[in-house]
Amino acid sequence: MAITASKTAALDSPLYAGRRRRNTIAKGMAYAATIFGLGWLVLILGVLLYKGIGGLSLAVFTENTPPPGAAGGLLNAIMGSIMMTVLGVIIGTPIGILAGTYLAEYGRHDKLSSVVRFINDILLSAPSIVIGLFVYEILVAPMGHFSGWAGAVALAVIVIPVVVRTTEDMLTLVPDTLREAAASIGLPRAHMIVRIAYRAAQAGIVTGILLAIARISGETAPLLFTALNNQFFSMNMGAPMPSLPVVIFQFALSPYAEWQKLAWTGALLITVTVLGLSILARSLTSGRKS
Amino acid sequence: MASGEQDVSEVALKGASAPMAVAASRAAVLRRLRLTDAIFHGLTRGASLAVLALLSGVIIALIYGAAPALSTFGFGFLFDESWNPVTERFGALAPIFGTLVTSFIAMLIAVPVGLMVAFFLTELCPKMLRRPIGIAIELLAGIPSIIYGIWGLFVFAPFMQEHVQPLFINTFANVPVLSTLFAGPPYGIGMFTAGLILAIMVLPFVTSISRDVFDAVPPVLKEAAYGVGCTTWEVFRYVVLPFTRVGVIGGFMLGLGRALGETMAVTFVIGNAHHISASLFAPGTTISASIANEFTEAVGDLYTSSLVALGLILFFITFCVLAIARYLLLRLQQQGGK
Repeated sequence: MAITASKTAALDSPLYAGRRRRNTIAKGMAYAATIFGLGWLVLILGVLLYKGIGGLSLAVFTENTPPPGAAGGLLNAIMGSIMMTVLGVIIGTPIGILAGTYLAEYGRHDKLSSVVRFINDILLSAPSIVIGLFVYEILVAPMGHFSGWAGAVALAVIVIPVVVRTTEDMLTLVPDTLREAAASIGLPRAHMIVRIAYRAAQAGIVTGILLAIARISGETAPLLFTALNNQFFSMNMGAPMPSLPVVIFQFALSPYAEWQKLAWTGALLITVTVLGLSILARSLTSGRKS
Repeated sequence: MASGEQDVSEVALKGASAPMAVAASRAAVLRRLRLTDAIFHGLTRGASLAVLALLSGVIIALIYGAAPALSTFGFGFLFDESWNPVTERFGALAPIFGTLVTSFIAMLIAVPVGLMVAFFLTELCPKMLRRPIGIAIELLAGIPSIIYGIWGLFVFAPFMQEHVQPLFINTFANVPVLSTLFAGPPYGIGMFTAGLILAIMVLPFVTSISRDVFDAVPPVLKEAAYGVGCTTWEVFRYVVLPFTRVGVIGGFMLGLGRALGETMAVTFVIGNAHHISASLFAPGTTISASIANEFTEAVGDLYTSSLVALGLILFFITFCVLAIARYLLLRLQQQGGK
C-alpha cells in the first residue's frame, strides 16, 4: 500500500510528468507525420484515378495523339515509350550486369572497384536532365537531329547504375561457400559466376532490371531534347519519337481540355505501370527471402 | 607373326597414346577454360571502366557544350541576374537562387517530417503494419516526377491560390520580415508551391534512409536505455539519433541531391520567370526548369550553350552534395561494421 502510494507520488512529480508529457507529444507528432506522409500518397493516387479513369477507353490504345480540339488516343506515345524503354534496357542491362559482376566477384576489394562503386552511386542520383544534356551533346548535336536512338541511349544511361547496384548487392548476398565448392572441383571463375553465382542471385538481378524499367518508364527530362516528340505514329528510331511522359508534359501545359484529359489518362497509365513493376519486383525478392 | 607383332605394337602404341591424347585434350580444355575466364574477366572489367567513362563523358560533354557561354561571360555568369535571349545576355543567378530556395523549403519540411515518420516506423508502429507502411512510403518515392507535376499544376496550385496563399498574405501582412516573404498576388504557382511539392517528393527518400539507419542501431543499446527507465522519445532522442547522426545527415544530403536536380515536378509549377524576388509567392525558375522549358526552343549557339552551362553548374552542385552524402553513409557503414 505504501509502495503504491510512493509510486504514484513519484509519477506525479513534475519531472516525471514533464517527461511523460514530452513523450506523449513526440509520439503524437510521429503519428501525425506518418498520417501526413501517407495522406499525400492517398491524395495523389485518388486524384489520379478520379481524373484518369474518366478518359480511359479503347480509343486511348488504338488512336494516335489528336490535333488540338479533337478527340484521339495515345497509341503513338505508348508505342514510342515501349520501344525506347525496351531498347534502353537492352543497351543498359548487359553493361550494368557485367560491371556489377566485376564489383562483386573479380574486384571485390580492389581500388578500381571502390572508385567505380562511388562513381556509380553518383550516377544513380545524378539529375536526369543532365543526362539528357549529355546525350544531346554526344548524339543529337553531331547527328544534327533528334532521334529515338538518342532517347534510348539516354534511358540506357539511367538504367546502367541501377542495374550495377542491384547486381552487386545481390551477388554479394550469395554465400561464399558456394563459390568455394565450385572452386574446389576446379571450376574456373567465369563458369562459377555464370553457372552458380548468377543462378543463385537470379531473382535479385531480375528485380534490379524491373526496378530500372520502372524508373525509366516515367522519365521525362532526359527525353525532352533527345527523342523530342512526334505527332504521328513512327517506328523509325532515326526520327524524333513520341513518348508518354513527354506527351503528358506537352498536353498538360496546353489550354485544350481534350489534351489535358488525355494527359491525365496518360499519367494514370504511367503510374499504374510503374507501381505495378515495383510491386512485382518487390514480391520477387521477398518471396525468395521467406 | 609379323602381323601379331604389329598388333602388339599397335596395342602398345595405343596404350601409350591414349593417356597422351587425354592429357592433350585436357590441356586444350583447360586452355579454353582459362581463355573464357580471361575474356569474361576482361569484359566485366571493361564494363566497370565504362561506368567510369560515363561519368567522365558527362563532365567533358557538359564542359564542351558550356565553353562558348563560359568564355563569353566568364565568372560573371554566376552572378548575373539578366536572362535576355534578344540581346544574348545570360546569367545564372536567378536559376541558382530558385534552385537553392525551393530545395531549402523542401528540406525544411521533409527533414523533420521524415525523421518523425522513421521514428514511428522503427519504435512505435505495430509489427503488423510496419511492412505495409514502409512499402507505401517507398512507393511514394517511385511515382514518376511528372505525376507530381501534373497533380501540382491542376490540383495543388489552385488550392494554394484560393486558400493557403491569401491566408498567409493576410495573416503576415503586418509582420516585418514575413510580410516581404509572403507578399504579392496569390498566383498559385511560384517558388513556395514548387518547394512544397519538392518536399512531398523528398519525404520518402529521407524516411526510408532514416529508417534503414535507425534499424541498424544494436538492440542492446536501446534495451539498456529502456532498462534505466527512458521513455520511447528519450531513447530515440538520446540513444538512436546520436548513434546514427552521421548516417541520418547522409540521408538528408541524398534527399537534397534529389531536390536540387528535380525537373518535371518543379517545371510545371515554378512559373519560369528569370528574376529574383523577395516574395516566395512570386514565380521564379530553377536550373532544371529553365533547361526543360527553354532548351528545345533556344535559338543561337550562345543561348543553347548558356543552358548547358546551367546544367554544368547543377551537375557540379549535386555532385558535391551527393559525394558528401556517400562519404557520410560510408563512414556509418564502417562504424557499424566494427
